[in-house]
Amino acid sequence: MSFLLQQLTDEIAGLDIVIEIGDIPVRIITGDANFLQILRGRYAGFVSSAKQAEIELEVELTQPRPTDPEADVEVTYEKNIWALRRGDFRAEWNPETRQGWIQQTANPYSIDAVLRIVHSLVLASQGGFLLHSASAIRNQKAFLFAGVSGAGKTTISRLAPHDVTLLTDEISYVRRRGDGYIGYGTPFTGELAKLGENVSAPISALYLLVQGKENRIEPIAPSDATRSILANLLFFAKDEELVQRVFHSVFEFVTRVTVSRLTFMPDSRVWELIG
Amino acid sequence: MSKLYLSRNPKVAARALDGEMMIMSAKDSTLFTLNRTATILWQAADGATALDEIVQRRICTVFDIAASEALTDAENLARELANHEILQISDAPIQSGLPVMTEKR
Repeated sequence: MSFLLQQLTDEIAGLDIVIEIGDIPVRIITGDANFLQILRGRYAGFVSSAKQAEIELEVELTQPRPTDPEADVEVTYEKNIWALRRGDFRAEWNPETRQGWIQQTANPYSIDAVLRIVHSLVLASQGGFLLHSASAIRNQKAFLFAGVSGAGKTTISRLAPHDVTLLTDEISYVRRRGDGYIGYGTPFTGELAKLGENVSAPISALYLLVQGKENRIEPIAPSDATRSILANLLFFAKDEELVQRVFHSVFEFVTRVTVSRLTFMPDSRVWELIG
Repeated sequence: MSKLYLSRNPKVAARALDGEMMIMSAKDSTLFTLNRTATILWQAADGATALDEIVQRRICTVFDIAASEALTDAENLARELANHEILQISDAPIQSGLPVMTEKR
């Protein structure tokens, strides 16, 4: 589509964009063509042509003002509305109407945080979750590599050979399907600053990363696996019912997906163990 | 010593995995792993069975320990679990998470 035609289409459509992550299309409505262009660039590969969106978020752009960069995100549920707040944005989302709004300046980082939170809420209610982990597809199977900052998520992503499709180097998207789980690509990036591919595959294994002097995979006790996954979950909501659901979701995951410890040296031979 | 009744706090999530009982506080997402004795107390905490009965039936039959010593240890443990809001404790039977009004003994 030419640029002029795209602009005309934007005007007719009221300036919106559908960003589809994990098979969940989210329509972002904005009155600002420049911000729309920022979003098109930021979420390239995840922009959908879907007419129907499962979630609609209207963005109100505000003028820059001093904010506390250390401010923690707050996610609370009251009167059927999720309220999301950080120094650089305020947002609300109604899970029944699937509509909400965001107040932020014209930057891609605030909306990225809102999208992560909204997806984490949707997934939590469906038995899935967002996990601090790299993930990739090899031989039609998805593999997750979890660990805290510095554990090696970016390193193992960078070492991936050509037959591996990177889903993310930072935040994995896990959805329950039947008796198993599906790993999806996300645009949520870490140090690699490279968007994942917008593809998915059944999750075959989750590895807890440890950097060492050899490459080896070791089994771990399910209780240790559960503790590690809970420690790496991306979940902010202060809501007792949802916390319980996420807790049980992690147990279900551990009983259905092999979780092991992957000790690895920072060279590509580690991938000989994967797949 | 007055009777002590235990009830599971309905606001925590609990699952047993490989013999370990894991409990998460829904209030602040703190994760607890219960030891064997704490697991017995958790599983037996139906609000209706007094702690001394639990100790006699489920702890003294498993561990080689005098009943009086076991009861003291179990009471301390129950109070600790209550401090973490994992269990609710009361000197009267507990129903639906709330103490049942009963005549004073």
